[in-house]
Amino acid sequence: MKLRLLAAALAATVVLPFGIANAADLEVTHWWTSGGEAAAVAELAKAFDATGNHWVDGAIAGAGSTARPIMVSRITGGDPMGATQFNHGRQAEELVQAGLMRDLTDIATKEKWKDIVRPSSLLDSCTIDGKIYCAPVNIHSWQWLWLSNAAFKQAGIEVPKNWDEFVAAAPALEKAGIIPLAVGGQPWQATGAFDVLMVAIAGKDVFQKVFGDKDAEVAAGPEIAKVFKAAEDARRMSKGSNVQDWNQATNLVITGKAGGQIMGDWAQGEFQVAGQKAGTDYTCLPGLGVNEIISTGGDAFYFPVLKDEEKSKAQEVLASTLLNPVTQVAFNLKKGSLPVRGDVDLAAANDCMKKGLDILAKGNVIQGTDQLMSADSQKQKEDLFSEFFASSMTPEDAQKRFAEIIASAD
Amino acid sequence: MTGHANAGRPNQLLRNLHSKIASIPMILTAVVIFLGGTLWTVFYSFTNSKLLPRLSFVGLDQYERLWSAPRWLMSIQNLAIYGVFSLIFSLVIGFLLAALMDQKIRFENTFRTIFLYPFALSFIVTGLVWQWVLNPEFGVQSVIRSLGWTSFTFDPLYNPSIVIYGILIAALWQGTGLVMCLMLAGLRGIDEDIWKASRVDGIPMWKTYLFIIIPMMRAVFITTLVIIASGIVRVYDLVVAQTSGGPGIASEVPAKYVYDYMFQAQNLGQGFAASTMMLITVAIIIVPWAYLEFGGRKRG
Repeated sequence: MKLRLLAAALAATVVLPFGIANAADLEVTHWWTSGGEAAAVAELAKAFDATGNHWVDGAIAGAGSTARPIMVSRITGGDPMGATQFNHGRQAEELVQAGLMRDLTDIATKEKWKDIVRPSSLLDSCTIDGKIYCAPVNIHSWQWLWLSNAAFKQAGIEVPKNWDEFVAAAPALEKAGIIPLAVGGQPWQATGAFDVLMVAIAGKDVFQKVFGDKDAEVAAGPEIAKVFKAAEDARRMSKGSNVQDWNQATNLVITGKAGGQIMGDWAQGEFQVAGQKAGTDYTCLPGLGVNEIISTGGDAFYFPVLKDEEKSKAQEVLASTLLNPVTQVAFNLKKGSLPVRGDVDLAAANDCMKKGLDILAKGNVIQGTDQLMSADSQKQKEDLFSEFFASSMTPEDAQKRFAEIIASAD
Repeated sequence: MTGHANAGRPNQLLRNLHSKIASIPMILTAVVIFLGGTLWTVFYSFTNSKLLPRLSFVGLDQYERLWSAPRWLMSIQNLAIYGVFSLIFSLVIGFLLAALMDQKIRFENTFRTIFLYPFALSFIVTGLVWQWVLNPEFGVQSVIRSLGWTSFTFDPLYNPSIVIYGILIAALWQGTGLVMCLMLAGLRGIDEDIWKASRVDGIPMWKTYLFIIIPMMRAVFITTLVIIASGIVRVYDLVVAQTSGGPGIASEVPAKYVYDYMFQAQNLGQGFAASTMMLITVAIIIVPWAYLEFGGRKRG
């Protein structure tokens, strides 16, 4: 008993000074560590610090797959941070159901998030049983093909305007000693590239049927067979890109060592940091130039339930700062993503972002796979595609296994 | 304290009371954390727990899914290859090095330090170092190519069919030094007179090693075996640092499957099922051995 008291007293002396001196230090964990991402997150920190609170940066290096287990175990283990990034959708679903996340409905109604957040599916992904649990900060879409203008110039050919032209251009690129398609070794890159090919080649409805309705028959059907054929092309074109991280793969495109990369719009931040300009140095093709549709996944901040009242108040301030129009513009310009509210002025946006905003305005959007599939099913898909892209598995075998995963997906 | 009060007839339970009291924390730790944790894991492997453990039983579903997952089968296959070769090579190389060291060579201390040094590095560092050594663009391959053999190809980490051997090389480099030291200690424990006797009898040296010395070093071999075997089953960090399971799933191992499914896929049930299978694998190896080792002695 005595020991316990002593330990409690000791802990109190450690905790209290911070509690009093800086009433609202809020630790925020996220996995934004590449050059462009770090620049963007600094904008959020600046905006939050300006409210008199203090943003304690808890960046976790590695991709989300490294960071999420750490975040989840901190929350379930009773050491919650002030706020944490997740991809909105189903990654934090169970944490919310277990009552570990804070209900933001009050602040959301006060600030009319329902009216300003666009598309509304973003807020739906934050909503469980009618209550809002997260603050969306950006829209990220996967469906982009980034091409290096310099690489095509070196190979002596025109920059392709769609996926088919790109496939046709591959031999010329190879002859010039350029890897046609850069794909990093992290499993989520291979599976992401496949999802992009699916939207571009099979279209919006098939995508929704497979990932939304988990229709295994469609997944085994001829439409998806075409997608697997395209994935085989992509596999052939990616031979030789021996890199792991996505930004290393993007770097191959920036330096002209690779012709192109299928990667989400977060790649744009890297081009910006490298001082390249859309249109002249690189070209972007939304929907691979075939089907101009973008998915509206993205990042959101969740706020674990805290006992400390000061910090709980700071959480509210942070939530409203994140959706503040000024913050939205500053953050998203650096990040290369689209803002979650339609009423902000993005005059400074570059060509690629304008293309994205245009598609968004037309409503050509789909939900992201993170919103449609559980983390478990996503992982099984990752296993399949990382094997497919690294081995000589036939498209037919891969499709059979893909259909099995969809059949048991949730 | 109570021990003194009961001075009449020594109670079996109260003998060495101090040491028994002293070992209570360790006993509690072992029972609650190791045994309790193990039972809890096995128990929950029959549920469909996702991110958080929950009691909704699904029978053997998790195991059925596990054994039909190509990645798990690949992991088991890799572990088998890695395990067999790592066991054989570290024992053989370790013993040979120790035997050579034992020939009263000069600078023995220096050599011993050199061979043991890799063991001081963590698996993560070992993995990174060998990732660079085996990288075709600036490792062994490029060095040999720059010497003139331009067609030389050595890129185990980028070739799915041999990637596990690339990991094996790194593991052997790291681990054989320790095996050597253990063996050397065993060799030093052998009485000089045995060597003298075998020399008088004119038995060749290799025969003395094989038929006299090695059987005498049984205890050392068993210790080494346990150390190597436990290292094999839990191999994880080396793979993560060197290949992170790639290319594709070619160098996946069971421990990594457990971690990935528990934390990345947020599927505790599946991860628990996989770790239970790992436990069973270990039990299949340990139980017969323990039976022979300890059960046999009692009867004899």
